[in-house]
Amino acid sequence: MIQYAAIILFVFGIYGLLTNRNIIKMIISLNIMEVGLFIFIISIGFSYDGIAPIITSASGSGLIYVDPLPQALVLTAIVIGVGTTALALAIAKSIHNKYNTFNLDEMEEEL
Amino acid sequence: MKNILGLFVALLLGVFIILALDTSASFPEFGDIDLTERVSDEYLDGNNIDDVGSANIVTAIVVGYRGFDTLGEVTVLFISALGVALVFGGVPNKQNRLDLKFKPNFMLKTGSKIIFGFILVTSLYIIFHGHLSPGGGFPGGAMIASAILLLYLSDDKFRSNVKGFKLLEGIAGSLFVIIGLLGLVFATYFLQNFLPAGTVGEILSAGIIPIIYVLIGLKVGSEISGIVDNFLTEGESV
Repeated sequence: MIQYAAIILFVFGIYGLLTNRNIIKMIISLNIMEVGLFIFIISIGFSYDGIAPIITSASGSGLIYVDPLPQALVLTAIVIGVGTTALALAIAKSIHNKYNTFNLDEMEEEL
Repeated sequence: MKNILGLFVALLLGVFIILALDTSASFPEFGDIDLTERVSDEYLDGNNIDDVGSANIVTAIVVGYRGFDTLGEVTVLFISALGVALVFGGVPNKQNRLDLKFKPNFMLKTGSKIIFGFILVTSLYIIFHGHLSPGGGFPGGAMIASAILLLYLSDDKFRSNVKGFKLLEGIAGSLFVIIGLLGLVFATYFLQNFLPAGTVGEILSAGIIPIIYVLIGLKVGSEISGIVDNFLTEGESV
């Protein structure tokens, strides 16, 4: 069920990316898409009986863990998402310095 | 009109994704997975856990099995920090903090000084226990950067030691590669664990994994602090 929510978030992100003309809102849409994707990847590794993949003194054999590989991949993806968002915001700020607006339509009028 | 078209395209894409995954036989039902069919079964195998020595399997994957991948990831973060510095660069004497819409009051000024140490200690705890408990170098580094951001917000005159951060970042990144090369010298391949694995669950275990995670934590912390510094300062001329 949570996978549908993840796909809906992804679709929301694409809708925002297609319809918004404001750079900041487009970056936020990209991040919403990202979050949907993260939830989706994590959900692939989920198991109802599983526990967190951390070995404790209580854990013997026969315990079921959730899949740790999607979690490791999402950890990678989150960090790269932070990097790309920071770079996108930096470019947005320098665009705002030049045109005094975040709106793409108003930018076209100035050109 | 454009909005309706965008909604249509987005909904179409969502329906296609759901239909494609619903009919695919190889896509597992939610919560009903069989780990024995997956590669993760090897990561969770008892003998392999003893060989690697890390209690947190996610850390064992991120830093141990996929250490080279993590080196690339840290490089991506470094390049994005470099890009931010490049976009904001070209302004000499970036000394002043950007004027914010609010003035920091007494509560914020004093509270941030008290809370700064707690955030720093917690982040170091998270970094040093990356191979034992949830967390690790990336979240801990982000927490260090959040402490620096708090100082920037609470003090008009605050200016972090950017040169020190750059030095720390460079040293941490170089040591990561040097430890990887030491794996070539003392063992057979790049980033191989050449230190004894120790007992699972102790702070001094898992060989090079905690060392690399501490280096990653310092590098991520200094990089994100550099990004924060670049966003919040401006040149004298502006």
